[in-house]
Formats: sequence, C-alpha cells, structure tokens
Amino acid sequence: MSTTDRVVPTPTPETRHYWDGAQAGELRLQRCNACGDAYFPPRPFCPECGSRDVKVETASGRGTLYSYIINHLGAPGMKPPFAVAVVALEEGPRMMANILECEQTPEALVLDMPLEVTFEKITDAITLPQFKPAGAPK
Amino acid sequence: MIPNSVAIVGAAETTELGKIPELSQIGLHADAALNAIADAGLTVRDIDGVATAGHNSTEVAHYLGIVPKWADGTSVGGCSFMVHVRHAVAAIEAGLCETVLITHGESGRNRVGVLGRPVFPSQFDAQFEAPYGVSIPPSRFTIPVMRKMKDDGLTEEQLAMVAVVQREWAAFHPRASFRDPITVDDVLNSKMICWPFRKLMCCLVTDGGGALVLTSAARAKDLRQKPVYIRGAGESAETPVVSQMKDFTSSAAFRMSGKLAFESAGLKHSEVDHLMIYDAFAHLPVYGLEDLGFVGKGEGGAFIAEGNTRPGGKLPLNTNGGGLSYMHSGMYGMYALQESVRQMRGTSPAQVEGARVSVCHGVGGMFAASGTVVMTNDPG
Repeated sequence: MSTTDRVVPTPTPETRHYWDGAQAGELRLQRCNACGDAYFPPRPFCPECGSRDVKVETASGRGTLYSYIINHLGAPGMKPPFAVAVVALEEGPRMMANILECEQTPEALVLDMPLEVTFEKITDAITLPQFKPAGAPK
Repeated sequence: MIPNSVAIVGAAETTELGKIPELSQIGLHADAALNAIADAGLTVRDIDGVATAGHNSTEVAHYLGIVPKWADGTSVGGCSFMVHVRHAVAAIEAGLCETVLITHGESGRNRVGVLGRPVFPSQFDAQFEAPYGVSIPPSRFTIPVMRKMKDDGLTEEQLAMVAVVQREWAAFHPRASFRDPITVDDVLNSKMICWPFRKLMCCLVTDGGGALVLTSAARAKDLRQKPVYIRGAGESAETPVVSQMKDFTSSAAFRMSGKLAFESAGLKHSEVDHLMIYDAFAHLPVYGLEDLGFVGKGEGGAFIAEGNTRPGGKLPLNTNGGGLSYMHSGMYGMYALQESVRQMRGTSPAQVEGARVSVCHGVGGMFAASGTVVMTNDPG
C-alpha cells in the first residue's frame, strides 16, 4: 500500500535483487564475469558485452555529484525546491538520486563533491537508495 | 540512400497555430495533412504511404480515408518526423509506395483528445528516475547541463543568448508565438524553473500540427511546388533515461545521426547555408552545433553568444524562432522541418538569401533519440 504521492517503483523479476537490497540497506550493482564491468540499471546480462555470466555485488556506497538540477516546480510527493542529481558511483556506473541532509542550493551542491549512500523508506515495501554529503551525520 | 532521389513536394502547418481548442489531436493531424496535400496540388487519393508519431499510422490513415501500401508508426519523440523522412526515402526508393504523407498533430496546450504518456513498471524510468521527482521535461532534459558547464565552460549567459538570438529570428514570423525582443537579463531574471534553467530558456507549450508529402524526384518535376530534395539523412538512439547518457557533454545519438546524414549527403559543413536544431531547451542548439561537427567540442555556447547564428550571422540557426519562440506542441520536429522547407523554397519570412542546403536536426525524448535530414533545392 502506497503511503506517498511519490512515484513508487514496481520491481520486476530482473530488478528484484536491487530493491530487496535497498530494503536491507545495501546498494546492489551487477558485475559481468566476462568483461569485468560493473553496470546499472539491473538486467540479467552485461550491456557492454552481452554476456549472461553476471553476478550481483554490494557497492561501496561511495560516489560523487556528477550533475543535477534544482526543481522549483514541485513533483508528486516532492516539495520544491529539491535537487535531482546524478551520482557517479565509485564502481563506474551512474544513478539518479536526491541529495539528502544538504541545503538544496547551488552553493551547497558542488559538482564532484563526495557523497555516500543512504536509504529512504517511502512505503513498507520500497526503500529508495539516496545520497548525502560524505561524512554527514546520520 | 541515393542523394536527391526523393523530394518534398508538399508542406504545411495547421491552419491555426498556438491555441486551437476547437480541434482534437487527430483533427490537427488531418488539418495539417489536407493543407500539405493541397500545397502539393494532389488529393488524398494520391497518397499511398503514411507515417506518423503520437497517433498510430493506422488511425491517421483511416481518418483520412487512405488504404496505404506502406505505413510507418515510428514514434521516438519529437524527431520522429526526421526519422520518417529517412524511412520514406527508403520506401520510395524500394518501390514500396510512391507518395508518402507524414503527419504531426498535437494538442499540447489545450490537451483535446490526447494520448496519455504510457508508463509501465519494466521501463527504467518508472523504477530508477521517476521516484526521484523527475517528471516533466524541464526537470529531465536539463540534468546533464551542469556537467557541461563545468567540463566545457558553458555559461548561464551563453544559454540565455540562445533564447535572445532565437527571439530575433521569431520577430520575422507573423505566426510565431513570441516576437518581442528580449535581453540576457530578461532571460536570467525570468522565473526559475529547474536551476539553472529559467522560464525563457524553456520551450513553449502550444497546439498545432504539420505535414509533409514526399515522392520520387522524377515525379516531383511535374508537380506544382519547387522540389526540395532529400540530399541525406541519419537517425540514431541512445537511452530512454537521461541519467544513463554515456557522456553528459555530448549526445551519442546526435553524433551518429549527424555523421550518417553528412556521409549520405556527401556534403561538407561549409556547404550548409541554413541549420535547424530542435530546441526544446536552450542547451540543445549548443549540443547540436558541437555534435553535428559545425564547431569544436565546448565551442557551441560561445559560437551562439558571439552572434554567428543570429540574423546576418554566418550560420543562420533556428530561423523560425524555434521551440523557444515560434511554437512547441511537444513533438516540435515537424516545425523545424517546415522551416527548412520554406528556406529551400525561398518562402520563409526570415529568408536566408540564396540558401541551397539546409540541415534539420531533431532530438527525441530527453537525449533519447535523434534524426537528421539534409535538404537542398539543387537537383545536383
């Protein structure tokens, strides 16, 4: 049951491990055993080489702020202004996130600043991986 | 494709443009289609190929009373119509059909009889972007730009100049939505939408449509309009989710589509007299100029800010005022094609004197897809 106006992801068989991981407080990536690349979003084969020989691993949770906008219009379940960011993960892939525990201003959101993963429960069934400035208090 | 084997022989926009509450989306398709067919001096009976996006091609063909020999429903966003032109050239060259109608209609502003945006759980968007509060295009398409500003030196003032210069072009066009001059300060002081994008860096939301009629160059000679030949074309796609664009400073789809267009046309950039680059937002002409190879990497913003693309500049760009000032129904590519056709016919209100080659480049989705058409009025 949704407890938010926010868009709530519906896991598919190919992405279930990722959402189960988030629920357990882990950011899970996949890595190709053939070419060695880590990749995201989840799928049961490597988007670089096509191999189906892939594994799920837990990411370090460290990344940097790659790019962002600050939304002043609002969105379902989101109060403006809020940043929508793309985080460059230490393992290589990039993913979208909001930047929590941080002023939502251009002065506070500096490109390439170090970030670390945090988890935001949005419904009983879904927890979103999110990011915050590295070293920010819990 | 063979350069100049196929020509655009009919081209028109909807009778009205901007606010059209009296027509639903399919009605806009039909109004534009009938105008374009009349422009070609043909009748609906002469059309044996139909391509469209937004609505499916079966519905448009049936609405117009056409039983086509060839139909293309490629729907990859606002550049679908550039892609249709490329596919139509292939179909006509292959003998699958003789005369193709490409239609666009969109009730972007009044939302009369429109299709909802389909979202289903297995789309990456629904799981990995939408939950973070990206929704409407200004909150998605703009996400790579901060990276480009840091890596390539693009500035807010340069982005503002894109809007300023295009307003200069729009002033020539009686049908443009916005025609009054604006300044860099006007743009930077307009309402903040999604930092660093202000309202005047974002496209309009309007109602309208447009259509094209294409046939073989041989048949075009006997028709009433000066033929506008398809000299080359390209298409490509990269990613449905902007967060997974490989390089935030350059579009892989733009680069592939542009390369294919120039290679098939057998032309150099210096031979291009007129350029259209789909501008849903102010950064797109910057990416387009660079990724199509008109300027070097990181030079697009300065090129525009220095006045090279404004009236009287060496590379007239978006001479209808673009999606920022002319109109933007949602899938703007058709209006860019219409302005390229006007320029090649010599009938644009902002006519580039003596223009012989026009490049028309479109984007679909948020850097998701791309289509590029090279037109000429020179049969070669």
